[in-house]
Amino acid sequence: MTDMSQPPISPIGQSVQRREDYRFLTGAGQYTDDVVLPGQTFGVFLRSPYAHARIKSIDTIQALKAPGVVQIFTGADLAEAKVGGLPCGWLIHSKDGSPMKEPAHPVLAQGKVRYVGDQVALVVAETQWQAKDAAELIDVVYEELPPVIDIRTAGTATSSVHDDVPGNVCYDWGHGNKDAVDAAFAKAHKVSKLEFTNNRLIPNAMEPRAANAQYTRHDESYTLYVANQNPHVERLLMSAFVLGLPESKVRVIAPDVGGGFGSKIFLYAEETALVWASKRVGRPIKWTAERSESFLTDAHGRDHATTAELATDDKGNFLALRVKTIANMGAYLSTFASSVPTILYATLLAGQYKTPAIYAEVKAVFTNTAPVDAYRGAGRPEATYVVERLVETAARDMKMDPAAIRRQNFITEFPYTTPVGLTYDTGNYAAHLDKALELADVAGFPARRAASVAKGKLRGLGYSCYIEACGLAPSNIAGALGARAGLFEAGEVRVHPTGTVTIFTGSHSHGQGHETTFAQVVAAKLGIPIESVEIVHGDTGRVPFGMGTYGSRSLAVGGTAIVKAVDKIIAKGKKIAAHLLEAADTDIVFENGVFKVAGTDKKVPFGSVALTAYVPHNFPLDKLEPGLNENAFYDPTNFTYPAGSYVCELEVDPETGRVRVEQFTAVDDFGNLVNPMIVSGQVHGGIAQGLGQAMMECCQYDPASGQLLTGSYMDYCMPRADDLPSFTLDHTVTPCTHNPLGVKGCGEAGAIGSPAAYINALTDALGIRDIAMPATVERVWRAANR
Amino acid sequence: MNIPVSLTVNGKRVQADVDPRTLLVQFIRDELRLTGTHVGCDTAQCGACTVHMNGRAVKSCSMLVVQAQGAEVTTIEGLAKNGELHPMQAAFRECHGLQCGFCTPGMVMSAVQILKDKPNACEQEIREGLEGNICRCTGYHNIVKSVQLCQSGKVSTTV
Repeated sequence: MTDMSQPPISPIGQSVQRREDYRFLTGAGQYTDDVVLPGQTFGVFLRSPYAHARIKSIDTIQALKAPGVVQIFTGADLAEAKVGGLPCGWLIHSKDGSPMKEPAHPVLAQGKVRYVGDQVALVVAETQWQAKDAAELIDVVYEELPPVIDIRTAGTATSSVHDDVPGNVCYDWGHGNKDAVDAAFAKAHKVSKLEFTNNRLIPNAMEPRAANAQYTRHDESYTLYVANQNPHVERLLMSAFVLGLPESKVRVIAPDVGGGFGSKIFLYAEETALVWASKRVGRPIKWTAERSESFLTDAHGRDHATTAELATDDKGNFLALRVKTIANMGAYLSTFASSVPTILYATLLAGQYKTPAIYAEVKAVFTNTAPVDAYRGAGRPEATYVVERLVETAARDMKMDPAAIRRQNFITEFPYTTPVGLTYDTGNYAAHLDKALELADVAGFPARRAASVAKGKLRGLGYSCYIEACGLAPSNIAGALGARAGLFEAGEVRVHPTGTVTIFTGSHSHGQGHETTFAQVVAAKLGIPIESVEIVHGDTGRVPFGMGTYGSRSLAVGGTAIVKAVDKIIAKGKKIAAHLLEAADTDIVFENGVFKVAGTDKKVPFGSVALTAYVPHNFPLDKLEPGLNENAFYDPTNFTYPAGSYVCELEVDPETGRVRVEQFTAVDDFGNLVNPMIVSGQVHGGIAQGLGQAMMECCQYDPASGQLLTGSYMDYCMPRADDLPSFTLDHTVTPCTHNPLGVKGCGEAGAIGSPAAYINALTDALGIRDIAMPATVERVWRAANR
Repeated sequence: MNIPVSLTVNGKRVQADVDPRTLLVQFIRDELRLTGTHVGCDTAQCGACTVHMNGRAVKSCSMLVVQAQGAEVTTIEGLAKNGELHPMQAAFRECHGLQCGFCTPGMVMSAVQILKDKPNACEQEIREGLEGNICRCTGYHNIVKSVQLCQSGKVSTTV
């Protein structure tokens, strides 16, 4: 039992080394593809080679005769078994009040294929090779149809992605006060306008998606191993909405997951087909995506075409913002697709500013491309890009200092309700801007620019002051906005008789380090060593419930659920201690792992109380149940609002178009930090993804054929170590006011704030108004030599 | 028709009859069940499959196991010795050079090679050396720091 004589130092706020690292560093991690089940078979999906085609016939006769083939399934089998389509979790209504169009999203194609990679058949064989070989023997006759690719013309295309959605518009949504915005624009001193594309990205978690599904006859249950960020949501959607199975018969395990970035939130067709087929086959079926399948079929991100205008008065005060966006949904509505360019986008258009009037229109369209859904930041990077590019442009139009125009328009009093419906609880925007200016040595920039010019280079400086709404989400607010799910989190604290503790959390870690951070929180609360706390996540068979990890919510929502459960443990512990110490419940205090009678030296350590709870010989059994095990659900009362100021400084070689990021400074306000090392790691990774979007990443479909042109790492440019600088990071702190840890979330900030900072710096260096993302070497060279 | 192969993996002699098209990474993962070596792409770009063969870092997805006939192969599982982490592994842990862990084994194997080739590599050389390994989580910042810490010799390898 723990020595309680010395009060332990709270691990909250300490950069504790990660407990998960040993297994990852020694090859002992266990990812989905590492799992081999007895009697294992392998699944391969035959996919559409066309962006848009009618399936005339599917002939599997030769394929079925191929060596090792166990069974082959097509859409007809699923239709016969009345397997439903994949659901969308968020209902958006158009301006005219009509609900969004929700065309069927079949698990295997029914009559038509709608993007290159759309799954047509599932081949199950003894080995992966045999399944692949057999898939090539399936004879599908297609009748090609004209594809819809360009989002700007999708709404007027003669071809329809879905026969039941002529015109290809999923919804035409409006948000904010249009009349107020029009009135403000009418009296504006200056209107700054930009038209741009927020480039389409492919998430590229390094672990490709994978699933392994097993049916067990003895209890008629299914077990699914899957690379997923939210196993309970996966189970709920799959069992209740698609396969019609009781949730109690489906266990979803998301073991070690090699990165998600949003792309592993969703319920995909592949794992659904595997679960369904596993009963027919009577053996477990494993499918692991090849990277080219990931490129083709992981839900992509961003892909907006936007026109945005900011109205200012003669002193540079922002009067109104007007935004018009066309957003790509791809061929089918992925799980949360509809919410991303609406609820997670337009509500963030106030940024850090007191712009009094804002109006946004978003038209979502279907195209013959892979589904588009949440990718790190999800809507908020797009909103930040709109706001921060416009603000920088307005500063230039007004000939004002870009930091000064921001500062002048900052929201300074909290709580603050924006004209787009959010209430920011707290923040201090000038504090992180000041710190960023200092760290980036903005004062010294003119001299550095002169030095660059002297050697024939161009140098630029750009800002981005982002805000995000994280800690998703208050369920009642989300519900009113169209969410079809609750967005709380669940946690269980199981104290063992020896005083060690197992925490079961609905949050999932796929790189974020929950096994360390959550243990820090619990160890601090209970005053026990971090080694005494075990974190369990990612298994619906062990964790009571959960909504999973996305929207930078794990610590703010999942962590709070755990804190609430720990509070219940302490409350019960006090009653047990009161009995042991022969005192009143109300006289017991709990400090540093010891229950004490206030104002006396009578005390009993946590470990003894735990033991008493399970060996209740001297226990108030008339008033209290034995055992020490508590559950809690936490539904937040507001979003959290992480915010920060980023400064990018770069140098352009006009001869080659090459850009070097000389310094990237990020000062974030995430509220309190539990593990600063992990927080910094999250910011580094986010910035790399944001700079990737700004500098080099772009998903491209051939506009005529709909073929994916960027379908491998040879074609899709991923940021490598030598593309990026080391980053300069710091923090300011205004604790979140509505969760007990005072935390806001840090997972997405880097990806949200950095693209605008980079493009602002680049346009500053080049002396141009705009440059398209990704600002490739070619685009930069052309701009420098225009 | 299967072909016999014989090689040494992590100091242990292994023999098997394999389909001739078997890649080294498939042999390591599927036959030997050493699943620390990962497959992250199909174009020899991501480096998650990096192992050492005869003392050199190689991408085990872009060679056949029959090409490793008689070779000495070390995978991530064989890097720690006698319960002690290799200094590079320890440095990654200390510098938070990993997040999801998927690219990590390949990244560590490549990083070991970089310092073997250039013990005094500067930051730019380290970054260029890591060019063949993609990480989506860390932004490389802490991976570079890890390599530099290992380089400094000031890393504690005790588990």
